Amino acid sequence: MKQFLIFIKKEWLHIWRDRRTLVILIWMPVVQILLYGFALTTEVKNSNIAIFDQSRDEATTTISDEIAASRYFSLVQNVYSYNEIGETFRKGKIRMAVVFPRNFRYDLLHANHAQIQLIADASDPNTANTLTNYATSIINDYQQTLNPGEDQPYTINTQTRMLYNPELKGAYSFVPGVMALVLMLVCAMMTSIAIVKEKEEGTMEILLVSPVKPFLIIIAKTIPYLFVSMLNVACILLLSVFVLDVPLVGSLWLLIAESTLFTITSLSLGILISNGAKTQRAAQLASMMSLFLPTLLFSGFLFPVENMPVSLQVISNIVPAKWFYIIVKNIMIKGLGFSYVWKETLVLVGMTVLLLGISVKNFKIRLA
Amino acid sequence: MEKEKVITAKELTKRFGDFTAVDKITFDVEKGEIFGFLGANGAGKTTAMRMLCGLSLPTSGTATVAGLDVYKQNELIKKRIGYMSQKFSLYEDLTIRENIRFYAGIYGLRDDKIKEKTNILLKQLNLEGQEKTLVRDLPLGWKQKLSFSIAIVHDPAIVFLDEPTGGVDPITRREFWSLIYEASAKGITVFVTTHYMDEAEYCNRVTIMVDGRIDALDSPANLMKEYDTTSMDGVFLQLARKAVRKGD
Amino acid sequence: MQPIVVDNIVMKYRVKKTVVDALKGISFSVDKGEIFGIIGPDGAGKTSLFRILTTLLLAESGEASVDGFDVVKDFIDIRNRVGYMPGRFSLYQDLSVQENLEFFATIFNTSIEENYDLVKDIYIQIEPFKTRRAGQLSGGMKQKLALCCALIHKPSVLFLDEPTTGVDAVSRKEFWEMLHRLKEQEITILVSTPYMDEASLCDRVALLQKGEILSVNTPKGIISEFKKPLWAVKANDMFRLMNAIKEDPSVESCYPFGQHHHVVFKSAENGKEKLGQIAQKGNFSQVEITSIEPNIEDCFMALMKE
Repeated sequence: MKQFLIFIKKEWLHIWRDRRTLVILIWMPVVQILLYGFALTTEVKNSNIAIFDQSRDEATTTISDEIAASRYFSLVQNVYSYNEIGETFRKGKIRMAVVFPRNFRYDLLHANHAQIQLIADASDPNTANTLTNYATSIINDYQQTLNPGEDQPYTINTQTRMLYNPELKGAYSFVPGVMALVLMLVCAMMTSIAIVKEKEEGTMEILLVSPVKPFLIIIAKTIPYLFVSMLNVACILLLSVFVLDVPLVGSLWLLIAESTLFTITSLSLGILISNGAKTQRAAQLASMMSLFLPTLLFSGFLFPVENMPVSLQVISNIVPAKWFYIIVKNIMIKGLGFSYVWKETLVLVGMTVLLLGISVKNFKIRLA
Repeated sequence: MEKEKVITAKELTKRFGDFTAVDKITFDVEKGEIFGFLGANGAGKTTAMRMLCGLSLPTSGTATVAGLDVYKQNELIKKRIGYMSQKFSLYEDLTIRENIRFYAGIYGLRDDKIKEKTNILLKQLNLEGQEKTLVRDLPLGWKQKLSFSIAIVHDPAIVFLDEPTGGVDPITRREFWSLIYEASAKGITVFVTTHYMDEAEYCNRVTIMVDGRIDALDSPANLMKEYDTTSMDGVFLQLARKAVRKGD
Repeated sequence: MQPIVVDNIVMKYRVKKTVVDALKGISFSVDKGEIFGIIGPDGAGKTSLFRILTTLLLAESGEASVDGFDVVKDFIDIRNRVGYMPGRFSLYQDLSVQENLEFFATIFNTSIEENYDLVKDIYIQIEPFKTRRAGQLSGGMKQKLALCCALIHKPSVLFLDEPTTGVDAVSRKEFWEMLHRLKEQEITILVSTPYMDEASLCDRVALLQKGEILSVNTPKGIISEFKKPLWAVKANDMFRLMNAIKEDPSVESCYPFGQHHHVVFKSAENGKEKLGQIAQKGNFSQVEITSIEPNIEDCFMALMKE
């Protein structure tokens, strides 16, 4: 037991005395959360638009005002010809143009239908779609006001409710993603580097020729990083709840428990990598390639996995972060309990046991 | 007949802030001499050598190398000297021929001269027919000998050797020193620093630096007589024990 | 039971496509309380041998035992009891002197206080620096600290792989003095070094070159194995002298040895006379010819050529 404790003390001293790395480890999640939360967002706000109003009647001006007032749009120009529209798009000044034909109100009231043209810059298709949708919904709102309460034959009213995240805030999906990423990085990469450092500096030789059991070496190396990771999780949660207004609807304890589980999964991955790597550089590279990137791409927080081809979806199943992401979303955003995440939890437990088993078994007790 | 002096140093000093690394050293080296520069690490050997190679400007004092002033003509000095150290090696993933070509080219040798030198070098080292071997595949002893030969490929006036022999076997080490003897016989001055005290005995004269000063400057034979011991090791131990600065 | 027994150990490495013979059938044994030196240059196989004996590598064939325990089957027992100092004094650079020592004591289930007497002589030299980080110590001090860490658990056998390489001459001397004081504690010491002059400081040595043992004996014994008379010769032009001597067909070997050349003749003839002749023929002046006792290096080189 004494052996174990002094080992942990030593590992802690290593981390503590490497001030630079320590600062990065603690600050990185903070920076990431703030960046993702505030600066980066898939929401589209304040997009530049232009309006070509060929009627300039009561209806068109009302609709134009509604659109311009919306926080999604920013009216930068009124244009007066189609040519001008083309030119403005080419110069990149606007992302969408709203075109009203002549006699709009007259057609609407007398012919019972009128048209509005929305032209969007689809070189970024997602944004184009979003913008036209926003505009269409504003126009529909106006339409509602024209026909208040009147019974119209065969009308279907679609009422959309955005569950869990009514304001469609991007931060809700980013926070769980960043948690997964940060834990992966801190635990897996740092642990693997710490283990390989002993090999590189030659101290591993002395540790092997001593009564210390190899198993102990591994566990002792992981414990300080477990602690740092929990600190990171705490930071991320605090920031998310109090600064980004992301709710923590479900059970905090369940979230902490699941985070601990995922941390251990990441640690096991780190140990596995350290078994193969001979230099710290190699460990770092392997961690980047096999952990960080797949987590970024396949966990689902940047790109929806369901949209990927089937083969990649299958691959995403072996990325632990994918399961963790689902768990965190369910608990934090949806407020669900254990009965809804037990399957994913089981997958993570299975992965952890497997990884730990392999890495401990493969741990080299000799130099070659 | 007074021999030409290729290195002159008078009260040469180097200070880093409050710390005096090299403290007013004065000495001369004659053409063709094998001059040994000994001392513990931290005694100032490397700093002194850097000043003579034109790599570092002295704080005070004067020195000339191959007739060139170390303050004003240090770039020219680099052209007239050769340099070899254990740390600086040849490119392991290039062949012998490619290494020769590279370094000879840096020193401005023309192509036909390079070709001529390559052949001479290969013959001298018994490596004929092996010019396409990667340096990585050569044993350590051969690498050292090759390194030295390449360091003098441009027939410099002086060659500086910084701890040139590592842990090779004694026969290979002596073959290396034979090359040094040969260079010296040709008129190339050899300025060597070494950890191996027995190698100090190959030198015509040695200096021993302690705490930045020169504490001894004479032929090995005279020094051994003065300190009443049969080996340079004995001389060094007596002097180094006085050192205030703990080196390494 | 001898503390170290090595029987026909063979070791090979695979480097890309080639197979390197690191050890070609090594056999020797070490007695209790002996300082046994493995003397040889880089590439001789010293580190491979040490790693096999400390159970870090598996030999290709052959057997070895430490304190009666087999290096393959009983490796755990060996790892629990020996002291090991690998090359480059592997210490934790960012831990202090005290922290390093405490760590190594604890992982061997002991404490600094328990065996303090053993390391006291060495430790008091570095004690003034006990809060300094190991990475900031000089080479000589690192060496002393590494030795303390290897000794702190009172091992029965101590393995020191090139402990004096890269260390200044004064520290080297002090180190060997420390080793001799350890003999009194009946600790068996196996030490490797490329410095031939350190061979004479051991009780017995094995000369190792390219994976083969050239000879195992006491230093005096090795010198006595050198049968032919050895001559030291000196003149005004050493380089020319060496060439002149080597050209003579009766000369077996002529090596520069600093201020003198060491010459061995092929047959038992009057070397002094012969050398005198060579010197005169070459018009050398300030000629000195003396008969000398060979040192370990002379013997090593003669054995290398066989």
